[in-house]
Amino acid sequence: MSSNGAAAPLLEVEHIKLLFPIKQGIFIDRVVGHVHAVDDISFVLREGETLGLVGESGCGKTTLSRTVMRLLEPTGGTLRFRGSEVTHASRKELMPLRREMQMVFQDPYASLNPRKRIGQIVGMALHHGDGKPEHVEPRVRELLARVGLSPEHVNRFPHEFSGGQRQRIGVARALAVEPRLIVLDEPVSALDVSIQAQIINLLEDLQDDLGLTYLFVAHDLSVVRHVSDRIAVMYLGKLMEVSPAEELYTKAIHPYTAALLEAIPIPDPRENRKRRRSVVSGEPPNPINPPKGCVFHPRCPHATDICKTVEPPLTQYANGHIAACHHPLNVTAAELKAATVSPTSPLSAGKATPEAPAAKAGAGAEGAPAGE
Amino acid sequence: MSAADKPILEVRDLAVSFATDEGVVQAVDGVSFDLRAGEILAVVGESGCGKSVTAMTLLGLTRSPNARFDGTATYKGTELLSATDEELQRIRGAEIAMIFQDPMASLNPVMKIGDQIVEQILAHNEITKVQGRDRAIELLDRVGIPRARERADSYPHEFSGGMRQRVMIALALSCDPSVLIADEPTTALDVTVQAQILRRFRELRDETNAALILVTHDLGVVADLADQVAVMYAGRIVEQGTLDDVFYDPQHPYTWGLLGAIARIDRPRRSRLPTIPGLPPSLANRPQGCHMRPRCPHEHDACLKVPPLESREGAAAGHRDRCWLEPDRKRQLREIAPGEIGLRPKAPPVTPSAKPPTKPKRAA
Repeated sequence: MSSNGAAAPLLEVEHIKLLFPIKQGIFIDRVVGHVHAVDDISFVLREGETLGLVGESGCGKTTLSRTVMRLLEPTGGTLRFRGSEVTHASRKELMPLRREMQMVFQDPYASLNPRKRIGQIVGMALHHGDGKPEHVEPRVRELLARVGLSPEHVNRFPHEFSGGQRQRIGVARALAVEPRLIVLDEPVSALDVSIQAQIINLLEDLQDDLGLTYLFVAHDLSVVRHVSDRIAVMYLGKLMEVSPAEELYTKAIHPYTAALLEAIPIPDPRENRKRRRSVVSGEPPNPINPPKGCVFHPRCPHATDICKTVEPPLTQYANGHIAACHHPLNVTAAELKAATVSPTSPLSAGKATPEAPAAKAGAGAEGAPAGE
Repeated sequence: MSAADKPILEVRDLAVSFATDEGVVQAVDGVSFDLRAGEILAVVGESGCGKSVTAMTLLGLTRSPNARFDGTATYKGTELLSATDEELQRIRGAEIAMIFQDPMASLNPVMKIGDQIVEQILAHNEITKVQGRDRAIELLDRVGIPRARERADSYPHEFSGGMRQRVMIALALSCDPSVLIADEPTTALDVTVQAQILRRFRELRDETNAALILVTHDLGVVADLADQVAVMYAGRIVEQGTLDDVFYDPQHPYTWGLLGAIARIDRPRRSRLPTIPGLPPSLANRPQGCHMRPRCPHEHDACLKVPPLESREGAAAGHRDRCWLEPDRKRQLREIAPGEIGLRPKAPPVTPSAKPPTKPKRAA
């Protein structure tokens, strides 16, 4: 919890866990193992903020966002929305909350009912209010205009719209109940670049005008940068790094973040030729049997013996930048000395902050001090 | 690298249209390009611009009763558009091979991957099954699949997305084709895996000197891999040239828009992403003249006629574009900030209603 006391926390996630049981057996289901989809994650989302959540497919980012929405019930940890605990709240108890948190889905083709008109899709939630049609219709038109669609389109069907327009409809539907928090699950990854930019600009405008809070889930670091205030990097169900948005791109502390950044090809041929990228080998391991110690160690170019045995704690550096790595990159000796174990660190993690790079230099930790 | 000798694939004025209930969809309209051995040509564009149809037509994969083809596509003297099914069968896989976008959907789920590769090898070579199997294992090894001998007996579902894409590449390489067509080969993959696959493509090109047609919408991938670039919009090539020409001296407003709209991680973040206003036109009902006209801020009277694809004065010989503007004028117009290329917002004087989609305009 790196609260600077700026805005009130809207959503508090503490050591949240979600394990999916794997069952086997013909008549009696025996639980033979668990998929560690979300494994002890903590963060705070403050009012008006955008947190970008990034990771490769299968890292648990969608599961985490669904757990936060309470579409799934966490196996452990606590979840607080506006100070009240909702970890195990019942469907009924959650009803008023649904109004405050909405979701925009990844696939604009699958998330709109093809047999309903746009007006019905966007207006559905409004009927739960006072529900008078004469109130619903103008509001729907207003919402459509708000997201950059023509209000005359209320009577059209989803198939009459392009991908980008459908995503706008998804946003309008989410806005209908005037939520505080919108969880955006890969809202632009199915769209073309020029359309992506339009949707991102729209989301930013809406946030400025309506004071919305976003949890923006993406697999791509180049997209989240534009919308996020902070970015959290996830790998195999765990948080690897949480950083102020801009700092992540200039000063990535975790080798996994560095690898993700290096893997993105830069759309500039000369720059691309200049930079010799070290390609991380392999693919994310199976979350049923996550590696011991640091979950990234089998793919990490900097891994040493300690990484195989001790899970690195999420360590707090300057600027609210936290990272879970024994061999952090881009930090100075002074910063390392000042580092403390973050209260958001997983309970199973070690308690010792990383040692100074001077002692570790031989082990391949590139503690190259950047900046300062 | 690219030998300057005769191209192995010559495409001239390729046009593909489909008759549908909504009318004739002109998916590809007058596409021409050359491909030389060892060359990587990137075909770039947004969805629905005809880039996949162009690629698939070369292998006769778009043939259907409602399709109409014009122009020529000559591969080493064989005309592909009029080739018989038997001729195409000989060419497919052996001479020109295709790597599809979705590795989940393009492998047979009930057949071991080794057998799938052997099947293709035996279809084109007169060797024994055992030899074929050895070759398949060698291929799997070459594309970076660990323990290839054991993995050849696995089914597609036992592989991850990246591994399946490697199997697809191994399959495409199985008969030493001279031309590889890769349709969005890394779109379904994570960035770290994408980087591995792109590196593998580069190595394979150097090893085999095969030419590659890379169909993609990702300009980062293009910058990483391509030698030549063709930018497509609404069925037509709007700009084509070498990688550096297209990225550093882009001549068509659509290319400016594409280059401007990408979020770059190596630059300070911009407060707002520049966009291309509006939507790509429907291919069944394309605007008259330059197809970019309704979305282009620099549109003028001349744009009602289709600009030819030709190289302009002062541009490199192979650098062609479809835009009426003078090159000097373009160099001014495309700078939205010092050293930054992009598409300007559409002219402010004509904005009575600030509606982003479709602005019908009748020029006198």
